[in-house]
Amino acid sequence: MTTLFTILFDGVAYGMLLFVLACGLAVTLGLMNFVNLAHGAFAMAGGYVCAVLVNRSGWPFFASLPLAFVASAGIGAVLERALYRHLYNRSHLDQVLFSVGLVFMSVAAVDYIMGSSRIFIKLPAALEGQVDFFGIGIGRYRLMIIVICGLLTAALQLVLARTRFGSRLRAAVDDPRAAIGLGINVPQVFAFTFAFGCGLAGLGGALSAEILGLDPYFPLKFMIYFLIVVTVGGSSSITGPFLASLLLGIGDVAGKYYVPKLGPFVIYTIMIVILIWRPNGLFGRTAAR
Amino acid sequence: MFNGKKRLPRAAVGVAIAGALGSILALAQAQAQETVKIGLILPMTGGQASTGKQIDNAVKLYMQQKGDTVAGKKIEIILKDDGAVPDNTKRLAQELIVNDKVHFIAGFGVTPAALAAAPLATQAKVPEIVMAAGTSIITERSPYIVRTSFTLAQSSTIIGDWAAKNGIKKVATLTSDYAPGNDALTFFKQNFTAGGGEVVEEVKVPLANPDFAPFLQRMKDAKPDAVFVFVPAGQGGSFMKQYAERGLDKSGIKVIGPGDVMDDDLLNGMGDAALGAVTAHLYSAAHPSAMNKEFVAAYKKAFGNRPGFMAVSGYDGIHLIYEALKKTGGKTDGDALVEAMKGMKWESPRGPISIDPETRDIVQNIYIRKVEKVDGELYNVEFATFEAVKDAGKTKK
Repeated sequence: MTTLFTILFDGVAYGMLLFVLACGLAVTLGLMNFVNLAHGAFAMAGGYVCAVLVNRSGWPFFASLPLAFVASAGIGAVLERALYRHLYNRSHLDQVLFSVGLVFMSVAAVDYIMGSSRIFIKLPAALEGQVDFFGIGIGRYRLMIIVICGLLTAALQLVLARTRFGSRLRAAVDDPRAAIGLGINVPQVFAFTFAFGCGLAGLGGALSAEILGLDPYFPLKFMIYFLIVVTVGGSSSITGPFLASLLLGIGDVAGKYYVPKLGPFVIYTIMIVILIWRPNGLFGRTAAR
Repeated sequence: MFNGKKRLPRAAVGVAIAGALGSILALAQAQAQETVKIGLILPMTGGQASTGKQIDNAVKLYMQQKGDTVAGKKIEIILKDDGAVPDNTKRLAQELIVNDKVHFIAGFGVTPAALAAAPLATQAKVPEIVMAAGTSIITERSPYIVRTSFTLAQSSTIIGDWAAKNGIKKVATLTSDYAPGNDALTFFKQNFTAGGGEVVEEVKVPLANPDFAPFLQRMKDAKPDAVFVFVPAGQGGSFMKQYAERGLDKSGIKVIGPGDVMDDDLLNGMGDAALGAVTAHLYSAAHPSAMNKEFVAAYKKAFGNRPGFMAVSGYDGIHLIYEALKKTGGKTDGDALVEAMKGMKWESPRGPISIDPETRDIVQNIYIRKVEKVDGELYNVEFATFEAVKDAGKTKK
């Protein structure tokens, strides 16, 4: 029985991590209708920034996390202005080709600068090991992930639903032409949203180094997971991807624990079943544009 | 008359030029005969790049130490990057053999790469020196293949024997689901169960997903004496960290495995979580011989990090080529070279090794090592030796 809870806990932590990594993609895909397969590259950038700060410059781990966010958001903002915006009105195939090209460039660049071997971020001792909670083994690091990601999700939901920026963003997505007519600076809203999504990915990359491992192939290896989260969750809100992430995280961990021989198939099976049942994802609706 | 006078010197000049060209060509040919070319095909980019870099470094180091002439011939290395993709390996091997007319092809980071080049070696009668790839079958694919690295069976059978003899009764296995992982598992199981041990839990981990949490939880619940682990080099660190996170170290479950997981290259990055892991392997940078100390010091000085087992395999590979050339007196005939290599014995930084005259595979000591902290760094410290181990994958037949 206690094992069940440990598995559940690990699954939730894994799902939360997937959510932070992928929710930026949900934003670009769902809200801006842009297929950005290079999303993982921003996550990787954040992870490496954090690793360099902690391992080489001796920064504390918790101080490096915000910087991972800032760095990835910065890179995202620059690339959005320089490259991405030219492709907003192009076909999805062009966008896919462009962003996949970007992925390969990022892989080669990181391989060249940082080397190809996997790196780890030195963690403070307080985050290592497990706490025994009524017989349930709770990993401290995973607990921290749940706390950070939980707070982030709540904050995101609030910003989207309650603030002026949130309503502008929703308006810009629903009908960009009308939004421009109402005086909303749509390109600016999109640019900001894109950068923020990249920042979240960067933070996710830094957090995931310990659990998923960080190497130059990160964007390729996890591209498929991000896409699953977004397709299963539907990309019109952030609640969908959030629940999808949790479902996939728990399904993946539990599947691997209880049926290790079938383990890797479990999440794909979940995905196929959900997509047959609801082709637009759990919380999907038809594309806004 | 005028014309005739003019023509004569022209003809003379023409003859002179032709003569000069001829002698230049002859000179070039003579020089070409004085050079022995070695085509080194390694993964210098991509996920296996660290293998390629170590071997390339070791070859450079050897040539710095021993000079680049042997038996009156100048050695020339032509390095090609195949990115561990077998299609590339085959193409590069062909180019090297046909265009560059190399006398050896060497390197080969992964098994498929070594296999892809095998038919070319046979056809062109060019010795293929395998410096990394570790599947048993490789040397059977061409009579021109000689190996200086290792086979997975060598380390996996030995750790199985050792575990059975050292009070480990129940083992849970965690191996990556790909050819080397399955090899490691089969050979370990074979020797461990033959020695009276029992495998209580067998988990194959997908190659792509490195979150070991659920698998480790399964290991923990099976309550074995030890976990036998084989995962690709890069994932060893993730495994050890999560193993410690889940408290398996505190519940007294040991980590055992073939030594690839605890490669010297990666060991320090794993942190203290790796302490106490027992593995069987051919080489540790902490091997206590004078020759190895010198090798490690020279390697560190030249490249800034410590050599791993791939580096020592490359070092021995180029040594084998040098010695074979000495034996043939500089003749580059493929059959003569392979014949010269068979049965060759020498002292390597890893200890005494030889080339099995029947299988052209390496015979070497396998050491049982434990991860310990020496001078603030993690090392695999050797504490038991199994001498002159042949490849179990072949001796069976």
